[in-house]
Amino acid sequence: MNNSASEYWKANLRLVSILLVIWFVVSYLFGIILVDVLNTIRIGGVGLGFWFAQQGSIFTFLILILVYTVRMNALDRKFNVHEDRED
Amino acid sequence: MSLQMWIYIFVIGTFLLYIGIAIWARASTTGEFYVAGKGVNPIANGMATAADWMSAASFISMAGLIAFSGYDASVYLMGWTGGYVLLAMLLAPYLRKFGKFTVPEFIGDRYYSKTARIVAVICLIVASLTYVIGQMKGVGVAFGRFLEVDFETGVLIGMAIVFFYAVLGGMKGITYTQIAQYCVLILAYTIPAIFISLNLTGNALPQIGLGSELVDKSGFLLDRLDQVVTDLGFAKYTEQKGTTLNMVLLTLSLMIGTAGLPHVIIRFFTVPRVRDARASAGWALFFIAILYTTAPAVGSMARFNLTNTIQTGAVGDPQANLRYSEAPSWFKNWEKTGLLKFEDKNGDGRIQYYNDKNEAFAEKAKGFGWNGNEMVKVDRDIMVLANPEIANLPFWVIALVAAGGLAAALSTAAGLLLAISSSISHDLLKGVFVQDISEKKELMAGRIAMAGAIVVAGYLGMNPPGFAAQVVALAFGLAASSIFPALMMGIFYKKMNNTGAILGMLTGLSSTLIYIFVYKGWFFIPGTNNLPNTADNWILGIQPESFGAVGALINFIVAFAVCKVTAAPPEHIQHLVEDIRVPKGAGVAVSH
Repeated sequence: MNNSASEYWKANLRLVSILLVIWFVVSYLFGIILVDVLNTIRIGGVGLGFWFAQQGSIFTFLILILVYTVRMNALDRKFNVHEDRED
Repeated sequence: MSLQMWIYIFVIGTFLLYIGIAIWARASTTGEFYVAGKGVNPIANGMATAADWMSAASFISMAGLIAFSGYDASVYLMGWTGGYVLLAMLLAPYLRKFGKFTVPEFIGDRYYSKTARIVAVICLIVASLTYVIGQMKGVGVAFGRFLEVDFETGVLIGMAIVFFYAVLGGMKGITYTQIAQYCVLILAYTIPAIFISLNLTGNALPQIGLGSELVDKSGFLLDRLDQVVTDLGFAKYTEQKGTTLNMVLLTLSLMIGTAGLPHVIIRFFTVPRVRDARASAGWALFFIAILYTTAPAVGSMARFNLTNTIQTGAVGDPQANLRYSEAPSWFKNWEKTGLLKFEDKNGDGRIQYYNDKNEAFAEKAKGFGWNGNEMVKVDRDIMVLANPEIANLPFWVIALVAAGGLAAALSTAAGLLLAISSSISHDLLKGVFVQDISEKKELMAGRIAMAGAIVVAGYLGMNPPGFAAQVVALAFGLAASSIFPALMMGIFYKKMNNTGAILGMLTGLSSTLIYIFVYKGWFFIPGTNNLPNTADNWILGIQPESFGAVGALINFIVAFAVCKVTAAPPEHIQHLVEDIRVPKGAGVAVSH
């Protein structure tokens, strides 16, 4: 792997690690482990922990994939590894 | 127009649509048959993936599961969506870059081993076949209720429809049919939910309705629901009942199982470019999330409506229990199917629906002259199908739900059957046994394998081997413990070798199978379990359904340990891994 390719791979791993930490926090931490603590806060008629478990985590997952797609496409161009049939 | 008329129009109309699409999208090459010629637009592929993924279980069973287990059912909501994050970031773009047709093909090439490929084929066939049995059963049940034919006839009709468009069109036909099926199923799911949410909370968006006040100003929906069910001795809806460890592990098993299920993964082989594979996973989750964020509202509102229909006023007031003779027509309709059963235990002609397993409450209930819970059976699978009737919605909505349930079951069955047939014709036949097979013959073999798989699935659907209900645990356990780790290490750990991967897959797979069989019976044969399936017998309190995540961990550990003491993979394999990590050059032959 030449230098630029390994830089690209490192940047990719960094991005994925950050996003997966958020993935873990909203579902496992907010939705399950800390659910009772968060349920003391309420939005409308739902406890926050319950909301994360049944709605919020799914919305967050969507945003995570969106951010990943946009950031990766930008990284592809920055390191000039994007596909030839681009346009 | 009668309800039955509406149902015929919707069901037959959608079937004609699927068949029309199949004729239009015939496959003529193996590329089209396996991966739709890699020419599917990412949004269209996302929609097809969503239909592929959302099975009869998502459409029919999930909201019922939520209705009766409340907060604890969150594991399914998070588990069956969070897997797409893993797919998008860890697998889909790289497997698309690899640019072949099947999951075992990647495993065989990456681990330079036919044994690895065959192990992957076995995992794939077991996981997919068990899964497809449930779909065929779902088709039979839905037809039985809505077309008023018997269960076997229902399965046969379903087989004929799938046969037509899957055998003819392969992945290409399946993809375009699935897009139509997605539209049918999502309309069928959301329209009744909107009506019901409007009725109860005045909010048209069910996602908002879930957190809203009721229109009668008696309080928030979930607070009132908690109160209504606890008044009858049931556990609080929003409260946790299972252990935190099991909830975490089950969520994790479902997530990595989702990311490891072959019929989902192959959908990402069908898009033109690597960046499309990333986007497509996002679109798939978007289309899935529309249903998955609606389901909690459907579940809670259905439970609320059901409870209030039977317990019409203060608990203990003899007038407040619904008189059986005045039960609404949906009640009688579902009683006929045997999925709902009433038994007048105290002979007062009224229905008492409460939790008689709760001893304190059962004592109190005796004081009211109640003699045990009289709703002796409320099958949770009827909740979604009965919901529009419970809410008194127009006939065409009920008919639409029937068509939606069938679309969900058929689209998933087709995707699974394709995964099975391609692994037989492409991995076993062309990959291992008859390597010089011509493309035309391979295409024919694919079609024959598909037809064979349909017959086997239909047969097993009609004669479920007693473990149909355990299918989910098994299919997800296998995918999580064997396929996902092998794929992930293949991409993210360049030095992983063939021996490590194969032993990892085998130990992950067998530890999960053994753990499930020890508690649920060997091959699910009743009475052959070594230990009773109860919490105090489970290792560290881990239930068999949650074990897939542990199996995956065992897979990783064994693979790394073995890899350290055996020879590193050859140079060209390490180059292959470097190559799939960059998008450049996708679609063209890999050259070094």
